[in-house]
Amino acid sequence: MANMSLRKVPMPEQDPDVRNKNFSEVSLGYTKEMAMEEATRCLNCKNKPCVAGCPVNVRIPEFITKVAAGELEEAYDIIKTTNCLPAVCGRVCPQETQCEERCVRAVKGESVAIGRLERFVADWHMEHSTKLPEKPAYNGHRVAVIGAGPSGLTCASDLALLGYKVTIFEAFHTAGGVLVYGIPEFRLPKALVQKEIDTLTALGVEVMTNMVIGKILSIDELFEDGYEAVFIGSGAGLPSFMKIEGESLVGVYSANEYLTRSNLMKAYDNRYDTPIRQSHSVAVVGGGNVAMDAARTAKRLGAENVYIVYRRSDAEMPARREEIHHAKEEGIIFKNLNNPVRIHGDANGQVLSMECVEMELGEPDASGRRRPIEKKGSNYTLDVDTVIIAIGTSPNPLIRNTTSGLDTNSHGCIVADDNMATSRPGVYAGGDAVTGAATVILAMGAGKKAAESIDLYIKSQTDSGRHRDRHDRGEHRDRDGRDRRS
Amino acid sequence: MYKIVSKRQLNPTVTELAVEAPFIARKARAGQFIIFRIDEFGERVPLTIADYDREKGTVSIIFQIVGKSTEMLASLEPGDFLLDFVGPLGKPTPVEGFKKVCVIGGGVGCAIAYPSAKALFEAGAEVDVIAGFRNKDIVILEDEFRKVSSHLYLTTDDGSYGEKGFVTDKLKSLIDAGNNYDLVIAIGPVIMMKFVSKVTEPYGIKTLVSLNPIMVDGTGMCGGCRVTVGGETKFACVDGPDFDGHKVDFDELMRRNTVYKAQEQKSPDHVCRIGLGGQKNG
Repeated sequence: MANMSLRKVPMPEQDPDVRNKNFSEVSLGYTKEMAMEEATRCLNCKNKPCVAGCPVNVRIPEFITKVAAGELEEAYDIIKTTNCLPAVCGRVCPQETQCEERCVRAVKGESVAIGRLERFVADWHMEHSTKLPEKPAYNGHRVAVIGAGPSGLTCASDLALLGYKVTIFEAFHTAGGVLVYGIPEFRLPKALVQKEIDTLTALGVEVMTNMVIGKILSIDELFEDGYEAVFIGSGAGLPSFMKIEGESLVGVYSANEYLTRSNLMKAYDNRYDTPIRQSHSVAVVGGGNVAMDAARTAKRLGAENVYIVYRRSDAEMPARREEIHHAKEEGIIFKNLNNPVRIHGDANGQVLSMECVEMELGEPDASGRRRPIEKKGSNYTLDVDTVIIAIGTSPNPLIRNTTSGLDTNSHGCIVADDNMATSRPGVYAGGDAVTGAATVILAMGAGKKAAESIDLYIKSQTDSGRHRDRHDRGEHRDRDGRDRRS
Repeated sequence: MYKIVSKRQLNPTVTELAVEAPFIARKARAGQFIIFRIDEFGERVPLTIADYDREKGTVSIIFQIVGKSTEMLASLEPGDFLLDFVGPLGKPTPVEGFKKVCVIGGGVGCAIAYPSAKALFEAGAEVDVIAGFRNKDIVILEDEFRKVSSHLYLTTDDGSYGEKGFVTDKLKSLIDAGNNYDLVIAIGPVIMMKFVSKVTEPYGIKTLVSLNPIMVDGTGMCGGCRVTVGGETKFACVDGPDFDGHKVDFDELMRRNTVYKAQEQKSPDHVCRIGLGGQKNG
């Protein structure tokens, strides 16, 4: 008999007034007892709606059944068959709009805490298991992956499991992409990301850091070097600004810069040399997860007043409810239905204040959300010394500018079909580089799909190559010249 | 890890290091830059590529000690390693199709002016170089410049070497003497680049300046290096670092470059790691 409690087993968390002064993880994770209790809430439905709601189709009821039985390593193995980053997904996936939204238990009461259980299983494995995955036998084919973010890591992992020799080229000095430069330590500890990447290298994936593709090597050169297919998972790293007066004042950051300084470069830790502004009052412009991350980081770095300035209302906010809730608990002040007009500076070009105007909602716009309209004459000044612009990012132009025959759309996104194939044969793309800024799990789903497509592509090339070889030389060999008849 | 293969002290505070980085050496062109990080705790610091040797697979950087990271960099010796060395970043300086060019370097900016002068010279342009320094003691790269220029004009502020005066004075006199430059390249302190651009503007001579704003990633991701050029926001790391000197908002750049100055100066908690023992600084 299932546990019919209408509520999830609550997640233990650091107290808001304590955690808003440190960078340790906010959510502390279930104990084994809590996890086993929560797992008994799963009805193990026949048609498994949750699995269809997951972009990488984690076998959810199966792993939860193992958790309920206390067979945690078995639960981990089930998750790992489709998800190479469970410790990450258990923390940052918007489960409430994916697997958990479709959970039958959510019809009456709260869904099963799928995300929390996934996190628990992944953490338990990292803590208790020293077992590394076995390196699959090399199938004789090499694939290049550009970008060590969620899509690239997933694509590389799936290809490595199929026997491909995969090299990931990462522009930064550390692999992880947005998982290390964007998402703060207090939501996703970087040591966990590193462990997930270590698992990948144990599979034989090579990660080359400090390699800015488009500069140090072009995609054409990767093919010349013998890679048979390329996956582009270069993300959406180019920050948008508002193009308002005062955006070049000292003290105005893109959220990318602010978060990169704090997360990747660890400016919050005084053992590290990278500086970050010591602010008293901070305005973060935007209403997404990145805005929440920037605001909560600013608070932790010591700012007394931190404002979220968002032009629509709470209902339209794209951030996860959990992030908004956590931000409010930590003392972030929400100024919804407010829009920046200009930023004022002092004689030295330092930010003094931000002029805002109040907004109201009109008819729905193209996005389906009600269009924000300025309330005439409602301008006022918010005293801040730092402004962080978190209104979105678009794909970095470095690759599209240096790759001929690669189609992109008017937003600079790489055009890829349902199989993640681009306009160039052998070149696949996925994640934010294709969709524009989206979620970790959607990028992972794209990386997974691309891995399948690349496998099919290389097999088809090899088959036709083998036909040619047989025709030409009466034998068949692979590209390295090894006899494949065995 | 990137091995330092040679080191040369150009003057008491300016050092040249050649670093083993074969991939970068293969692609590097004049005007592009690298970003280095000394160790796990270090900042990412951009430096323009001073020279490269495609066969040996080395890239040279020349830098002045201006803060902690450059001080630590200067303390490294051949055989030591840099943790990170990424590049070549930014767009190369255009060198094709010019007849007569004046390349101006100010102080350590000469290190960046040198590869441009060399590339232009090798591309067949007549190259005049004006290299300006505060005084004789800090003159660098004199022999190197001589090899890649038709004329080398050295100036010092105090007249202790070469001609006394500023590079702008020399440039103006060369233009007025009838030198028809179709390009002027100015690399040095922001204030120098600003005034060189002011000198050339009335003559309508195309003028490129190489900007050095604060940046983190160098690939267009942080936007920290944004500069206003002709009223538009540009990212120096991907749109530059060379820009039309007649359009750059130099005053804004100077302000933006001071953003962490106060913090650098008043950081009593800052533990200096240079002396290995860990001393309090300031």
